[in-house]
Amino acid sequence: MSALLDIDRLLDELENGLRQMLAERCIESPVLIGIRTGGVWVADILGKRLGIEEPFGQLDISFYRDDFSRIGLNPKVTPSSLPFDTEGRDIILVDDVIMSGRTIRAAMNELFDYGRPASIILATLIDLGARELPIQPDVAGQTLVLDAQQRVKLRGPDPLRIEIQETGQ
Amino acid sequence: MTANAASPNHLQLTRDGQLRHFLTLDGLGRDLLTDILDTADSFIEVGERTIKKVPLLRGRTVVNLFFESSTRTRSTFELAAKRLSADVLNLDISTSATSKGESLSDTLLNLEAMASDMFVVRHAQSGAPHFIAESVTPGVAIINAGDGRHAHPTQAMLDMLTIRQHKGAFEGLKVAIVGDILHSRVARSQIRALNELGADQIRVIGPGTLLPNDVESLGCTVEYDMTRGMKDLDVVIMLRLQKERMEGALLPSEREFYRLYGLSQEKLALAHPECIVMHPGPINRGVEIESAVADGPQSVILNQVTNGIAIRMAVMSMAMGGQIAERQQKLTEQTERGLA
Repeated sequence: MSALLDIDRLLDELENGLRQMLAERCIESPVLIGIRTGGVWVADILGKRLGIEEPFGQLDISFYRDDFSRIGLNPKVTPSSLPFDTEGRDIILVDDVIMSGRTIRAAMNELFDYGRPASIILATLIDLGARELPIQPDVAGQTLVLDAQQRVKLRGPDPLRIEIQETGQ
Repeated sequence: MTANAASPNHLQLTRDGQLRHFLTLDGLGRDLLTDILDTADSFIEVGERTIKKVPLLRGRTVVNLFFESSTRTRSTFELAAKRLSADVLNLDISTSATSKGESLSDTLLNLEAMASDMFVVRHAQSGAPHFIAESVTPGVAIINAGDGRHAHPTQAMLDMLTIRQHKGAFEGLKVAIVGDILHSRVARSQIRALNELGADQIRVIGPGTLLPNDVESLGCTVEYDMTRGMKDLDVVIMLRLQKERMEGALLPSEREFYRLYGLSQEKLALAHPECIVMHPGPINRGVEIESAVADGPQSVILNQVTNGIAIRMAVMSMAMGGQIAERQQKLTEQTERGLA
């Protein structure tokens, strides 16, 4: 059993929130960085909507995860690719879902190994709460509270769809 | 010592087929070899960053245990471990405790008492890394950095990575390994890897005195005449003439060897125009290879060095990951048994 969320409405929310924030902070040429895999799909769409012509970056945080000591190496690691110098740039960091906050912690650690950005804005399509670290998105498409047996699954990239699945536990 | 244990894989793989030691390529399938190459590919990107470091092995202790001297292999293992954020201890055993009479087992016990997580072992005796893997404390990973005439699996894998980078795939490739096959642990591992990854033709080229008797059984064809052997080649791998391993008169003279089996520009011209030239180093210019070829546009010898770091990062993090996953699995099982 699964239910679909209205992806266009979520993307509208994200786009509007980001436009507002960029205007408030007087940021004129931000760059987008998506976290694999879902975040990359969302970054791609946001780039088009926000009219950012510079190609977006892609982060694979597998080498920075904090659970290597428990689960070992994720066998499918693709190299990160940042087609620009992050030094002094205003970055919009994009992920599909934020929950514990650990992915974002890892992503920021990795980003700082590339240089010192001027600022980072965190944008996520969905905020599921359940945070374990003091990290909050600046802009989220929607905040959701799930039951214990529910899971969110982003499918894509074309078309992008979000399902809420019942795991039946 | 058990260099030819029936199945090395009960030793080097976990129950789930993950790497936990890296001792030999024997018994490792195409999927795992491809996983190693793919993982190394992502580490190449790390080597191109300003800060060439990822935190995967942070706080782990890696001991480079070299019973035989080496510069390139040891330093690339050291850099690989450091780029994974591990602490590294370099022990050149040929100049230390064993020369004072300490046995291998005692040396190891002492190093384990220092809470080491991984040993990178080079030894003149075939099978030494296997022996260590059999007796080491569970949770400690052993990486073979070259044992006797047996195997040098990280060198072979960095060569495979270099070939894949330049040729895209292994299917349809014609590859030759030239020179002193007899003394070469590298050649054995290369032939094994090329066969597993699906290369079309593997030729070994050299004088009969420098080819092992059973070389064809490794899965290659033999060619004594280099001008014939070079025809249509996509990849030519030159081996170093291992002067320090030569016993007795296996060679007439270096000059004669160079005339017959040295890679000159004329001989290279017989291969496919896009044939790449490889050499595990250190190169003996004018003995196996002409300087103009070693430094020429078809040479990828320095790419091999760069790739060596990435391959070693891949193997180290995969083996450590396998050890960790296995330990975790055992803990879970113990807890479940406890609860039951």
